[in-house]
Amino acid sequence: MESIFGIHEAALLYRAKRMDVLAANLANADTPNYQARDLDFSSALDGAFAAATQLKATDPRHIALEPMAHGDALKYRVPHQPSLDGNTVETDLESARYAENAVSYQASLLFAGNRISALRTALTGGR
Amino acid sequence: MNTFSTFDIAGSALAAQSLRLNLTASNLANMHDVTGDPAAAYRSRHAVFRAASQPFSNTLAGVDVLGVVESTTAPTERYDPGNPQANPEGMVYAPNVNAMDEMANMISASRSYQSNLEVINTAKQLLLRTLMLGQG
Repeated sequence: MESIFGIHEAALLYRAKRMDVLAANLANADTPNYQARDLDFSSALDGAFAAATQLKATDPRHIALEPMAHGDALKYRVPHQPSLDGNTVETDLESARYAENAVSYQASLLFAGNRISALRTALTGGR
Repeated sequence: MNTFSTFDIAGSALAAQSLRLNLTASNLANMHDVTGDPAAAYRSRHAVFRAASQPFSNTLAGVDVLGVVESTTAPTERYDPGNPQANPEGMVYAPNVNAMDEMANMISASRSYQSNLEVINTAKQLLLRTLMLGQG
């Protein structure tokens, strides 16, 4: 059975993880040789689909299938203006991405909340 | 994944940046100390940062303060025989603090502090909204 939240659950997890990645970039904005990183959305989406469409072993004689390998979503950023100390964090861009990620998180939260209200409406008959 | 790791990451940066601000304050406060012994002169201090996560690892962490280093630049020598701190040759030694460097450092530290505080505030709001999920 599909979870009531559908793709929004995976989206929330992705946004929460990306929040950590961007926070780590901003925390290391003054650390020499720190390489800024980010999560790749399409790899994460492929991963979520692979997890959802995984083959199930319903008989002990079935060959165990490993989930399909997908690229690691955590990638290194290519800086527009690298600095002399080897740091590739661009604070302004990182905070803009952090803000964008926060808005997307709220959107996913809203979609997940709407699923709950839809279920509640179905249960109470709209009363 | 730890729900509160964003707070740990940004919190470590707040601690590191406030140490940097404190060192700037200490350097500026001692800028005009003079002494007759060049070895005893105040030397400007700076924090050395390092990423708390290992390079090429998938773990995320904040920033570590590796330590505080003293600048190795020689102190400024000045002829001032009237100064009670002067040595028998009439020389005094002033700290090697560069006020311009310190001001630039101060601005950079305070801007970084602000951006990390913003990160914490946003993460707090998002988590509080997540707690309200399904109550609306």
